[in-house]
Amino acid sequence: MTVTLRLRDKDYEVRAGMTIRDALLQIGIEPDSVLPTRQGELITEDEILQEGEHIRLVSVISGGSLPSDPLGLGMRR
Amino acid sequence: MKCRKCGDRAVINMRQHKLALCGPHFLDWIPDQALRFIEKYRMFDADSRILVAVSGGKDSLGLWDVLGRLGFQADGLYIGLGIDGGTGYSAESQRKCEAFAEAHGLHLIVVDVAEVEGATIPTAASLTNRGRGKPCSVCGLTKRHVMNRVARDGGYDVLATGHNLDDEVAVLFGNTLNWASGYLARQGPVLEGRDGLIRKVKPFCRLYERETAAYALVRGIEYIYDECPHAVGATSIYYKETLNRMEADRPGMKLSFYLAFLRARQQGLFAEAADGPTDSLQACSTCGQPTTAPGQCAFCRTWDAVRARQRVSV
Repeated sequence: MTVTLRLRDKDYEVRAGMTIRDALLQIGIEPDSVLPTRQGELITEDEILQEGEHIRLVSVISGGSLPSDPLGLGMRR
Repeated sequence: MKCRKCGDRAVINMRQHKLALCGPHFLDWIPDQALRFIEKYRMFDADSRILVAVSGGKDSLGLWDVLGRLGFQADGLYIGLGIDGGTGYSAESQRKCEAFAEAHGLHLIVVDVAEVEGATIPTAASLTNRGRGKPCSVCGLTKRHVMNRVARDGGYDVLATGHNLDDEVAVLFGNTLNWASGYLARQGPVLEGRDGLIRKVKPFCRLYERETAAYALVRGIEYIYDECPHAVGATSIYYKETLNRMEADRPGMKLSFYLAFLRARQQGLFAEAADGPTDSLQACSTCGQPTTAPGQCAFCRTWDAVRARQRVSV
């Protein structure tokens, strides 16, 4: 039996019985970059994955046009 | 994992603070921390009129929520950028902001860029050389201009933004890699107002992005999960991912980097660089907002060029 971890529209299958943190490292996701939720509830990464369950991962990273120039005067560089 | 305060099941473990908290204690902890930073950096006081720039994302709506819970008077400003990206990104962002304002009885000011300036941000970006085809440069320039104008015209004392620690550290990292000493000299939790520039503050500047996201989730704030379609591949995200890999090995590294930078800045490490081009601010000949360039500011130059090219193409 496996556990499904879903990040955005992508599913990852891992073995039950390991911690969420170990599962994330196994599938190459940096644990600090997501928040795991079980049935809509936020859970910590030391929780043991149960057989057949679905864990939704919420990405915490956002980005875009962070200004290098704090004044943001549109100075020519 | 148990909550350090009550022993109930924790919902978040903040390794950099060696602190795990349950939902209710985490929901108390975030406003306590924000208030600590507001007071420490003298951002504003109970009588201040605050304008919060909201995008529909976790940070800005979380900040608006926290300021309200702390009893501050804060109105919201949403800037409609006209970004679709196949998901109706701007329309959905605006809906999230309007729903939040309505649910909490808050005043939201909406400025639609296409209505005011004549084109959406993606259209404007396609008609200028600024940003080499990426809309982020025109977008940032436009948002900063509109935020300053609305804040000044509305008589607000301060503009608050939802920048979190990861945002601040990503900018710091980029400016350090480029040894942009002038920019380093001006980065901080507070950017003092002067010569027509509104005072800007960042009450979440010492909260990890993971914490602000968790706050929005636990608090039940409906925010837009999707990233701006134009942010894909953004340098800021690459820096954040890089810094997160370092943080994984050394919990607290991001916070230490930022705090050590603030101490160095306070001790005058960048003082010389601070005496830069902003000393000669003057009013734009078109809009009156402060600019370092003689004549028109970058915003007016860019948007005049956009409108001129629109007329040619009709």
